[in-house]
Amino acid sequence: MEAGSLQIVINSIAILAFLGVVFGSGLAVASRKLKVESDPRIDEVEALLPGANCGGCGYPGCRGLAEAIVSGAAPVTACPVTKDYSSIAEVMGVEATSAAERMIAKVRCAGGKKEAQQRFIYLGVEDCSAAQNLGGGAKACAYGCLGLGNCAKVCPFEAITMSDNGLPIVDEEKCTGCGLCVKACPRHLITLWPVDKSVTVLCMNQDKGVEVRKVCKVGCIGCRICEKQCPTQAITVENNLARIDPQLCTECGICVTKCPMKTIKGEKKQEREVV
Amino acid sequence: MAEYLIIIFGSIFINNFIVSRFLGICPFLGVSKQVETATGMGLAVTFVMGLASGLTYWVQKLLILLNLEFLQTITFILVIAVLVQFVEMVMKKSSPVLYRALGIYLPLITTNCAVLGVTLININEGYTFLQSVLSGIGGALGFTLLIILFAGIRERMSLAPIPRSMQGFPIALITAGLISIAFLGFTGFNLNALFNF
Repeated sequence: MEAGSLQIVINSIAILAFLGVVFGSGLAVASRKLKVESDPRIDEVEALLPGANCGGCGYPGCRGLAEAIVSGAAPVTACPVTKDYSSIAEVMGVEATSAAERMIAKVRCAGGKKEAQQRFIYLGVEDCSAAQNLGGGAKACAYGCLGLGNCAKVCPFEAITMSDNGLPIVDEEKCTGCGLCVKACPRHLITLWPVDKSVTVLCMNQDKGVEVRKVCKVGCIGCRICEKQCPTQAITVENNLARIDPQLCTECGICVTKCPMKTIKGEKKQEREVV
Repeated sequence: MAEYLIIIFGSIFINNFIVSRFLGICPFLGVSKQVETATGMGLAVTFVMGLASGLTYWVQKLLILLNLEFLQTITFILVIAVLVQFVEMVMKKSSPVLYRALGIYLPLITTNCAVLGVTLININEGYTFLQSVLSGIGGALGFTLLIILFAGIRERMSLAPIPRSMQGFPIALITAGLISIAFLGFTGFNLNALFNF
């Protein structure tokens, strides 16, 4: 081998080694300086959270909540989804207080394709918001479910399916009460409701009874029969619409049987217990 | 002054990396689903490309000194890899949300051929130090502009009623092609006349 080419080989190795050492030591210094201190408990708590990043707790994703729990900004029961609070409490070394009452999503509309009138045939994008923006949607009732399934699409737990009647069905077992569907519904029809209270007014229409009857067979007409019949004063009628206070409701079922439009639905507690 | 403006303007609009040189297509298609992450990606690339252009200028000087110009490519890749590592550390420290949003695409800047491309083009064009840095930043701004424009279009397309066979990548590639044709309109601009008043 010639002396010149040997020199080139040596130079090449030297320069690459030199650059490697310079850059490597530079990175080593940088990694020391820019080290992110993280509490190992954050990873442990994050592993116990569902990992769906639904945002139901109000923090940006499960990692965000884990950081908040470890830093003490959020209680160990802050996650509305998981039921395993005791493990998180164990990681944090505190006692788990009793979890808040479990809430599930309740769709407050019973007027599907069979019951409610349509103003026109909607052939646009399969998206409730898009339909809502197109002249307020096809449904004659300005309050009712548009039935295009934004809530079903947004649910990270696949708890909502659309029925053949064009209404969302919430699977009580799968629903975690994260509240994403509540935000997704352009008509604000979905509310979080205690899971052990099944009696609800399945209507949000605030028009006068005459108007409601024109557009829907099962809409609340504000007749006040339920309000008068309720033994615990759990029902109030405001703006032509009955509302049930879940805290006062005893699920006696009188309103369900008395409602002339069959808008109030739910089972008696005793009946469910027998089943 | 005019020549610097010509370099910046030229590398953003005329010799745009994505639509005219076809470099850096991977992140262009991969991180362009949301405007927010696209902006983050663009800024990270801008930072890396600007620094890489400046640093490789001096590395090239060193290589010429030792008659080792043939090591250009491997040393430049080394420089870029180090810079990307550095950007990753800074981002992890300063903006964890952006760090998680960029995910795998941040280390992938290493293999973003636009970054290696700009450093090699700078050497071929015989740019000075300042010209190299400006060409790097200009090229990266062009990349950022394109990726944000594209992300904006894709955000809208995700709501549009696109035929099933065209959903996703097919329509994205067609869109990218149309943008490329639109940017062809910039070629033939007489930049000398524009900036020499």
